[in-house]
Amino acid sequence: MNEFQRRQVKNRIIVVILVGMLCVYLFPIYWMFSTATKTKLDAFSLPPKWVWRPQIENFRNVFYVGAGGALGRVKGIEVKPKPSAFLRQLGNSIIVSFVSTLLATFLGALSGYVFSRMRVRGKDDLLFVILSSRMLPPVVIAIPLVMMYRALGLFDTLFGLIIMYTVFNLAFAVWMMRSFVDDIPIEYEEAALVDGYSRFQAFFKFIFPEMRVGMVATAIFSLIMTWNEFTFSLLLTGERARTAVPSIAHSLGTAGVNWGHIAAGSFLMVLPVVVFTFLLGGNLIRGFTFGAIKE
Amino acid sequence: MLKLSIQDLTKKFGRKTAVSNLSLGVESGKITVLLGPTGAGKTTTLRCVAGLEKPDQGTITIEGQVVNDYPPKDRDVAFVFQNFSLYPRYTVFENIASPLRIRGLRQEEIAQKVKEVASFLHIDHLLDRRPIFISGGEMQRVAIARALVRRPKVFLLDEPLTNLDAKIREEMRTELKRLQGEMESTFFYATPDQAEALSMADTIAVIHHGHLVQVGTPTGIYHQPVNMFVADFVGSPGMNFIPASVEGETVNVGPGYFSLPLSPEMRKACAEQATSKEVFLGIRPEDVLIRFEAQEGFYPALVEVVEPLGVLQIVRLRLNHHFIRVRSEENAHFPVGEKVFFGLKEGKVRLFDGKSEKRIW
Repeated sequence: MNEFQRRQVKNRIIVVILVGMLCVYLFPIYWMFSTATKTKLDAFSLPPKWVWRPQIENFRNVFYVGAGGALGRVKGIEVKPKPSAFLRQLGNSIIVSFVSTLLATFLGALSGYVFSRMRVRGKDDLLFVILSSRMLPPVVIAIPLVMMYRALGLFDTLFGLIIMYTVFNLAFAVWMMRSFVDDIPIEYEEAALVDGYSRFQAFFKFIFPEMRVGMVATAIFSLIMTWNEFTFSLLLTGERARTAVPSIAHSLGTAGVNWGHIAAGSFLMVLPVVVFTFLLGGNLIRGFTFGAIKE
Repeated sequence: MLKLSIQDLTKKFGRKTAVSNLSLGVESGKITVLLGPTGAGKTTTLRCVAGLEKPDQGTITIEGQVVNDYPPKDRDVAFVFQNFSLYPRYTVFENIASPLRIRGLRQEEIAQKVKEVASFLHIDHLLDRRPIFISGGEMQRVAIARALVRRPKVFLLDEPLTNLDAKIREEMRTELKRLQGEMESTFFYATPDQAEALSMADTIAVIHHGHLVQVGTPTGIYHQPVNMFVADFVGSPGMNFIPASVEGETVNVGPGYFSLPLSPEMRKACAEQATSKEVFLGIRPEDVLIRFEAQEGFYPALVEVVEPLGVLQIVRLRLNHHFIRVRSEENAHFPVGEKVFFGLKEGKVRLFDGKSEKRIW
C-alpha cells in the first residue's frame, strides 16, 4: 500500500467514525420524533417498533385542550377543542430568548471591544466579577430573586424574564466577544484613526463588521441557553409569562405521563433553534475574512 | 526647514522605558530614517508622532503646531504599517479612497484622485480586487497609495518593507525614493535594516534601547560612528573590533599580536579622551587587505571561513583569540586553513574607548 492509498483508507475510516457519531447524536431526536408520531400503544411496545403508522394526534393535543378522544358530540353536547396555552408559551419563549439574545450579544460586543482595546482600571477584576455571576448554581440565588421580582413587580412578566436572561447571557457574551476582538488586528482601527476617522466611526465602519462571526457564534450559544433555560422560567413566572420548557414538564400531570404529548411538545421546541442555527451557521463557516494583514 | 520636531520624548510601558528623552527634527521634503534593532523604540516614536500612543513626556510639533493633545485624525499625518493593515472587506479602490471619504470629498473627485495615485504606483489594474487576492508587494503599494492620496504633512513609515521578499524589498526601496522625490514629501521612516537606511536616507538617526545614539548623514554615520554599537550595527558585516592597549607612540593590538604606530593627532586624541590605556581598534571589512606573502606592515592570520556573496566574498581570518572579517573580491581564492597576511588601509583605523565604547579617533 502506498502513501496515497493509505491516506484514502484513513479518510474512509474517519468517515465511518463520523457517521457512527452522527447516529449517536441524532438518536434522541429520532426517538423524540418517533414517540411523538406513534400511538400510545406503539410507543410502549417492546421491542420498539421500527415501522409504524404515523399520526398527528399528539401534535394536535399539544395545541388544543380537550382534543383527541373528547372530540365530537358527547352526551348530545358539541365539544369544541379549546386552544391550549402552548402556543402562547412558545410565543413567550421566542420573544424572551430572541430579545435577550440580541441585547446580550450587542452589549457583549460593545463591552468586549472595550475590554479588549481600552485601558480600563481594574480590568481583570471586573472581568472576574462578570464571570463570577455564572459561578453560583441558579438555585442558590433563586429565593432572593423571587422576592426581589415580586417586590419590583417583575414577577411573571416577559420584561422580567428578558432582564434575567440578558444578565445571564451577558457574562458569557462579554468573555466570548472580548476574545474575538482580541483576534482582530488592532492596526485596522489604527489605520482608520490616522486616515481621519474618530474612534467611534472607526469602530462601526471597520471593526464591527469584523466582529460579525463572533457575534453570530455568541448569539447562537446564548439563544440555545436561553431557549432551554428551565429554573428561572419556572420560578419567576406564573401563568402569563411562562415559557415553553417548564410547561412541557407540567404535562407530567394528573393523568399519568403522556410521553407522546411530551415528545411532540419537545420536538416543536427544538425546531426554532435548529432553524435559527442553520440560518446563521453559514456565517460561521464563511466567516473569517482576515488576510489583509501580512504577518 | 523642520516639518516635524520631537522634543524630549519619553514613553514608558509599565516599568519598561520604550523611548527616553528623544529629541529629533525631521526636515521638510527629506527622508529621515530612524534606524535601530528590534525593540529599540522606533515604532513607539512613530506611534507617538501619529497620536496612537500618548507620550509620558515631551512635545511633538508639526509645522510649528504642538500636536500633543490632538487625536490622530487631526494631525494630518499618514501611517504605513509594517503589516500593511488594509481593510479586508473593502476593495483596493475603497481602501485608497477611505481617507478621502471621511473628509467628505465629492464622488468624482475621489475617483479621480484614487485613479491618479493608483497609476502612479502601478496598481490601477487592482482597483476592483479585495486585499486578500493581491500579493504582499501589491498590498504594500495599496497601503502607500492610501497614505499618498491625501498628501499629508508627514509620512510615517513603520518598517514598510520588512514583510516583503528580498527581491521586492529592493524594488520598493527605489520606488519609494522616487515617489518621495517626485512628490517632495516628508518621510519619517523606521527600519532595522541598515542597508535600507544607508540607501534611502537623507538623515539617519540611530536609536538603541530608547536612546538616540547618533544623528547624521549616511556617510557620516558610516565613517564616523560615535560608538562601537553604531560601528557594528551599520555596515554589512559591521566593523571589526580587536582589543588593544595604547603604549606610548604605538598601539599594541591583541594585545601582543602586532603593534601599529600612532600618529601625533591620534596620540593627542587618546590622551584627551581615553579613560585608560585599554582601547578597541576598529576597522571596516573593506579596509583590510589580504596578501599571500609576508610584507612590510602585514600580519599573519589563518583563513577560517569564506562566504561567497556574488561580486564579493567575506573572509574570516583568525588571529589567535580574535577574528576579523574582510571583504574581498570574488576572483581571489582563499583555501580554508591557509596562512595569509593582512594589512590595514592607512587612515581607516578607528579607536574606541575600552570602557565607554565611544569613538576616540
